[in-house]
Amino acid sequence: MDSRKKTVVRALVVVAAVLAIVSGAAIAQAPPVKIGLLATLEGPFAAGGQDGMRGAELAVKQRNGVVAGRKIEIIKASSDAKPDVAVNATRKLVEQDKVDVMVGPLSGSEGIAVKEYSKTQPNITFINGSSGAQGATLQSPSPNFFRFNTDGGQWMVGVGKAALDKGYKRVMIIAEDYAFPYSQVQGFMTEYCKLGGKVPVKAWVPLGGKDYSSVIARIPKDVDALVVVLGGADAVNFLNQYEQAGGDKPMVGGSITVSQDILNYKGKRRDSLVGTIAGAPIADAYEAPEWKAFVADYKKNFPDGYPSPSLFALVYYLNMKATLDGLEAVKGDLSDGQKKYRDALTKLVLKSPVGDVKLDANRQAIGTTFVTEVVKDSQGNLYNKVLKKIDNVNQTLGVPPAEFKIGSRDEPNCP
Amino acid sequence: MNPIRVRHVLVLAFLVAYPWFATPFFTFQIGAQSLALGLIALSLTFLAGSGGMISLAQMTVAGLAGYMVAIFGTAATNGVTLGWPWWLAVLIAIAIAVVAAAFIGWLSVRTEGIYTIMITLAIGVAFYYLTLQNYAVFNGFQGEQEVFPPTLAGIYWRDSKPFYYLTLACALVGYLFVVYLLRTPFGIALQGIRDNARRMQALGFNVTAHRVAAYAVAGALAAVGGVLFTWYNGLVTPGSVGTGWLINILVIAVLGGMGHPIGAFLGAIVFVLLQNFAIDVINRERFNLVIGVVFLIIVLFSRDGLLGWWAALRARMSTQRGGSPWTAARKRLYAR
Repeated sequence: MDSRKKTVVRALVVVAAVLAIVSGAAIAQAPPVKIGLLATLEGPFAAGGQDGMRGAELAVKQRNGVVAGRKIEIIKASSDAKPDVAVNATRKLVEQDKVDVMVGPLSGSEGIAVKEYSKTQPNITFINGSSGAQGATLQSPSPNFFRFNTDGGQWMVGVGKAALDKGYKRVMIIAEDYAFPYSQVQGFMTEYCKLGGKVPVKAWVPLGGKDYSSVIARIPKDVDALVVVLGGADAVNFLNQYEQAGGDKPMVGGSITVSQDILNYKGKRRDSLVGTIAGAPIADAYEAPEWKAFVADYKKNFPDGYPSPSLFALVYYLNMKATLDGLEAVKGDLSDGQKKYRDALTKLVLKSPVGDVKLDANRQAIGTTFVTEVVKDSQGNLYNKVLKKIDNVNQTLGVPPAEFKIGSRDEPNCP
Repeated sequence: MNPIRVRHVLVLAFLVAYPWFATPFFTFQIGAQSLALGLIALSLTFLAGSGGMISLAQMTVAGLAGYMVAIFGTAATNGVTLGWPWWLAVLIAIAIAVVAAAFIGWLSVRTEGIYTIMITLAIGVAFYYLTLQNYAVFNGFQGEQEVFPPTLAGIYWRDSKPFYYLTLACALVGYLFVVYLLRTPFGIALQGIRDNARRMQALGFNVTAHRVAAYAVAGALAAVGGVLFTWYNGLVTPGSVGTGWLINILVIAVLGGMGHPIGAFLGAIVFVLLQNFAIDVINRERFNLVIGVVFLIIVLFSRDGLLGWWAALRARMSTQRGGSPWTAARKRLYAR
């Protein structure tokens, strides 16, 4: 190496060092706030997880990627709807990538597992993604786990009354056999039984079941309607087989039963879907300007997304928006084990596209539920019309907390 | 016995010192998880590498042990938990898993090759659906939650360092046991059966009994690994014994190489590292591609997983050194 080359190299080193110091100083002024984002990009809910990510990203984009003068750095991780995978992904984000705040996961049993893990990391704040199991905030709640979305039970409030108004005095329940449908059925039955409705038969079917003939054979003649809490492909399979068996009872749907793929269903029973009532934290045809602005923003940012944001997009949006609003409220101050930040989150009243959300003593959302009904528009397309909007739905569904039991196969019961 | 070489001491020293310089994340999630998974994969490496029986039901045995620990011990669940002391629960769990493994072996030993794979896969899938749909004992979809190791001698054994040493101790014992077992008359006979079952039969060996015994031994290894893995996750659900995991164990064993028991642990380390860090390398939506490509590269370019590379490397670097049955076996395996 001749001397000129040496000089050049030395100069470069000096410049690099100076740059490093300067940029280091710049970072020291306002270090980015690191937020971990976990959703299912694999497995049965991969499409939902992707839309959930879109919802969360939308909340970040609306702030142009900056909160309280600090840059927002999102670190993503994926799970496959299994609790052990979700905890591994969360542990990596928290312990290896050192995120300040954690947003996720997507599904019910993942939420319970992440809540348990959050107890071992008291200095990090955990905010739910879209998991809706009641146990995540109702059973041994964690002081640093927050959920700004309502759960599966809350989503069905108002449907019981709407069913009775339609004249369904006796119904049969057909639902998948795990925690989320349990809570949905509970949300429906708590109100329905109290107002005098009867549920003589409940059929719990395995998740991802293909053959519903034995269930269809068990449908009693004297029930007025079927409450069908099945998701995606399960719901389509059930509808097809019920049609082939010549069934003609009207339906009441769960929150993910009467989704767009069901409404696009082409079978002969399509018209009989008209009049199906359901409950959900989201309603495509909601008329409020905040909702319309949210949908427009979603479409503008994600041309490859759905025609209208899905439930997962909305719920991840709510939780990410709460995360950022909380950070803004404390001016990005996460010192002292994030104590101030948590206080701010506890007090936060979240302005959302579907109305205000606030938290209860277990850091669980109290929010809005929509009761919808399937109607046909002038072009013959089916859509979900909003029958009723119910605000301030709490987690114990109006039952005093001491008397409230988490939904299961046998709870509640009114044969 | 093989003479203890410098590299053995170095590896052991590294493993013991590891938690003192690694972060808790690397100790627990990478270290302990690799060792627990490695132990389960070791049971397959032993069965397949030394017995010639590829069983896909090893995770089933491990999961069964996990379930039994939860059922006889303590767990937060709506199903059955008997709440017996942890040591009793663990012993019963391992015993039940060994009996189950022997039963699986007894069912499948009369088959060969692809049929063994099919029958063990069928057993694994049947067990998956049993756990998924049985609520009285297995608590269905939710499975058993909050299954944790005990607090003993003032130490909570799920903290990263204690849990790492617990898995390290179990893995070491399992590894040394397999290395030892393969030199005993039983192990030699098993390898003989692998190479030529009819000849061994003609020599007067009871082939079926040897194979069933091998399944039982592998069952014990898988059971210990399963208990550790359940404690690691803090839960055991139908997802833990689903087809995904049945195949993951095979992937780990093949990735590491079946020529030597250490392959199972090498495979587990690579597998766990990929699972955790592939997402940092590439677009978040496509990270499973990295896992698949690395797996393909290792399997395509090596006869026996990572061990194959190691052997090729040593063959190139060193002159012929005489020696242990392992080197001899490896020489035979890679000679060409």
